[in-house]
Amino acid sequence: MSSGFQTALGGEALESSNFLTLFIVFLIVSAVMYLLIVAALMLGLWRGRSSDEPLTVEAGRHHATNPMFRPALIGWTALVLVGLVALTIGSFFTDRSNASVARNPQLTLKIVAHQWWWDVQYTTHEASNAVRTANEIHLPVGVPAEITLESDNVIHSLWIPNLAGKQDLIPGRVTDIQLLPRKVGTYRGQCAEFCGVQHAHMALDVTVQSKADFERWVAAQQRVAFAPTTPLQIAGYRYVTTHECSSCHSIAGTTANGQVAPDLTHFASRRSIAAGTMPMSTGNLYGWVADPQSQKPGNHMPTMGLSPTELHAVVAYLEVLK
Amino acid sequence: MTAAEKAKAPPIDVPRDGPDLTGDKLAAALEATWMRPPGLIGWLSSVDHKDIGRRYIITALTFLALAGALAVAMRMQLSKPDNDLIGAARYDEIFTMHGTTMMFLFAVPVMQGMQIYLTPLMVGTRNMAFPRLTAFSYYMYLAGGCLLWVSFILNMGPDVGWFAYPPLSGPQYGVGKGPDVWAQMITFTEVAGLAVAVTLVATILKQRAPGMTLARMPLFVWTTLVVSLMVIFALPSVALASGMLLSDRLVGTQFFNPAERGDALLWQHLFWFFGHPEVYIIFLPATGFLSEIIPTFCRRSIFGYPIIVMSVVATAILAFGLWVHHMFATGLPRIGYSFYTAASMSVSIPTGLQLFCWIATIWQGRPRFEVPFLYVIAFIFTFVIGGLSGVIIAAVPLDLQLHDTYFIVAHLHYVLIGGAVFPLLGAITYWYPKFTGRMLSDALGKIAFWLIFLGFQLAFFPMHLSGLLGMPRRVYTYPAGMGLELPNMLSSIGSLVVSAAVLLFVLNMLLSLKAGRIAPPNPWAAPSLEWATTSPPPPYNFPHIPVVESRTPLWDSPETLPVVHGLRVEHRELLLTSVLAAGPETREPSAEPSPWPFISAAAVTVMFISSMFSPWAVLIGAVPATIALIAWFWPKSALPHPEPVIS
Repeated sequence: MSSGFQTALGGEALESSNFLTLFIVFLIVSAVMYLLIVAALMLGLWRGRSSDEPLTVEAGRHHATNPMFRPALIGWTALVLVGLVALTIGSFFTDRSNASVARNPQLTLKIVAHQWWWDVQYTTHEASNAVRTANEIHLPVGVPAEITLESDNVIHSLWIPNLAGKQDLIPGRVTDIQLLPRKVGTYRGQCAEFCGVQHAHMALDVTVQSKADFERWVAAQQRVAFAPTTPLQIAGYRYVTTHECSSCHSIAGTTANGQVAPDLTHFASRRSIAAGTMPMSTGNLYGWVADPQSQKPGNHMPTMGLSPTELHAVVAYLEVLK
Repeated sequence: MTAAEKAKAPPIDVPRDGPDLTGDKLAAALEATWMRPPGLIGWLSSVDHKDIGRRYIITALTFLALAGALAVAMRMQLSKPDNDLIGAARYDEIFTMHGTTMMFLFAVPVMQGMQIYLTPLMVGTRNMAFPRLTAFSYYMYLAGGCLLWVSFILNMGPDVGWFAYPPLSGPQYGVGKGPDVWAQMITFTEVAGLAVAVTLVATILKQRAPGMTLARMPLFVWTTLVVSLMVIFALPSVALASGMLLSDRLVGTQFFNPAERGDALLWQHLFWFFGHPEVYIIFLPATGFLSEIIPTFCRRSIFGYPIIVMSVVATAILAFGLWVHHMFATGLPRIGYSFYTAASMSVSIPTGLQLFCWIATIWQGRPRFEVPFLYVIAFIFTFVIGGLSGVIIAAVPLDLQLHDTYFIVAHLHYVLIGGAVFPLLGAITYWYPKFTGRMLSDALGKIAFWLIFLGFQLAFFPMHLSGLLGMPRRVYTYPAGMGLELPNMLSSIGSLVVSAAVLLFVLNMLLSLKAGRIAPPNPWAAPSLEWATTSPPPPYNFPHIPVVESRTPLWDSPETLPVVHGLRVEHRELLLTSVLAAGPETREPSAEPSPWPFISAAAVTVMFISSMFSPWAVLIGAVPATIALIAWFWPKSALPHPEPVIS
């Protein structure tokens, strides 16, 4: 049914597999209770219709009560109570298990949420060769990771259902979430707290990979941007570094050093454009650069009105940024 | 008798109801006293609880239709992935309007409307306590609703969600007047809601028919009393929050601005301290409907009356200890969450007890499958699913996944539609003959019932799955390939079926006004006092105030209800009784019709609306409001004064 890259039923990390187990327990208990109630109702309706001696006003016995209902009431209350206590205890211990990841994270990241994208920094490494990216995170499988979460604007919520539940990013507060991915795969996370007009297009790509692949990815991210080679790419490079682009975006190794929009150093290596709005492809890149406002209405990247020549050049250069 | 006592004794020459003054002569005299004046002014001056209750119900149902239309619009947008029928900005306005209208302009007011209409009839009195305040509340509610919808039509409606979390709704990110409109609409409806709550509490505690002890009160009146007390405790919290938000936006305070040491989370605490009880303020009156409908259609007294009363009270108390379960993802201390998990789950104990009592009543009686009773069955089938999904999301590890997804959308509609709207539709069918003097069409009623029951399941059950498959709430679109296509398409089809059913229900209400079978005073052979008077009731409700000797008075004294005599007929007079035992205490004058509640509401409306544009409007606008209030309370004559009861 589901292709499974953004589902709470995936169970590909400690917390999400704990979710699955607990959810199934709750579901079974709920189903039993539901069937019990519905069966009691149906039986009651049927009995009431067929009974020879109903305790009704027509029979003059509407205040009378069948004595069997007193023990039944006590039994029912006891059943509800036992069920609730068991579920509460189950919930508590699952929560403790989830919290256990927090004790020794081996990888630390910081995500700062913006309207409507995610700024990602890997803080395990020293500042000199820190990794900074946007709208994607890579995690090594089996390594407990801790993500520090911040926002300097409105409230957002980070939700990568295949790995874990939600954690809000609240201006004025620092929150955190711990992840222990157990399966290699590519997943999708999404903002889960209404954060303004493009809340629907605030996703992030999540790659869980082997430790070796992860190290290779980190090394690649630590490089500065590739230099343009063809004349078209060079023209694009000139445009990007001398026009509006660079006042918002930064590209390591160039003069583009804006701090309010996603880092573009390795932009073309990402799976999607504009926080998961569309898959990365040359065609989509043209569409996005030419008119971001029609692709993601209301987002903070203005439509520049590039000439066709400029558009070709800029897209050619962006594709260099692997 | 001493001379002093003689002086205090009431004049004996005023006409009073009694064995000498009864029947048509009494009816004519009371009619002349209690009729509202003719014409538009008379209409605006009415203080009859039946007029006001009816206006509340009709206005609330109109808002239901409007917000329902918005729901269908949203479902059309979401029927397929990457749809571009409705743009992002418009969609945000639409879901904000849908939630706000349903919660503040439909659900609470429609329940209060039913309470205003039914309570005086059920407790056997002539009118509400403080009837002018009740009238004032209606105009405030209407003004707040119009403010919201006119803004929406003028394209300046709010777009920050019905919960309006700052900073998104704050001065920096909530651009335009939308959030101000939202917050000021809250002020209107809170004033109205609080006014109704206090009048209901006073009516129930002091105006019950002699002999109607607390333990003989109809269960709907019990839920009304408990819910009104909840309103008094819960609404100030959101009124405070929306006031602080307005002041952040308009006068530059920084309550919710973290950059200036305000706190964004403060809003959520204040909002949900109101918001969670709000759900029970909507749900508990619905349980009151059920506790009235079930005995009538099962032909016996409710099983476990004291258990139901205690359950309602327990639910009300627990409701104030749950608000943090709306905030499990905010990063508050984790161990502390366990308390709110346990508290949230424990709500199922009183609710389970109520369910037991209803089913036990059905079990021992002889059910008649009339339309109101069908809604009871639909309620149990549907609401229990919502209750159980509520247990699921009370668990922190489960909620962190399911919070803010379509699973929650499914849950809240199962409890609010299944738990409150189904009983409401049953209640409207049940009391429609009392409201109008006509029966609703049975055939149309049954078709609408099956359509809404099945359409509802089709619309909302698949949302559980959408949520589990990763669909967050409040998104105007979703990508293809996540497995969301089928559940969303089913939900959209279901929403069309539900709206067709609601249209049919409303059509039935309109057609039956003229074409319905004429209703006798007690068409369902029900046991409570509202059925002791004509359908619809006269302006004075009862010719003589009835005396109550059991919980099911019309079943226990089927020939003629015992009555008390001695209320004035040329002035509006009520009988006040003691709080616990409902022993007769005094005769109390009841307010005459007056246009001043309407004028006061208009003056306050001008003040509230203009204060969205300048804080000075509060100061200047207070002048006409004060003048109107002075006129409203102007003492007209010393007589008639309250008199002790002669027995």
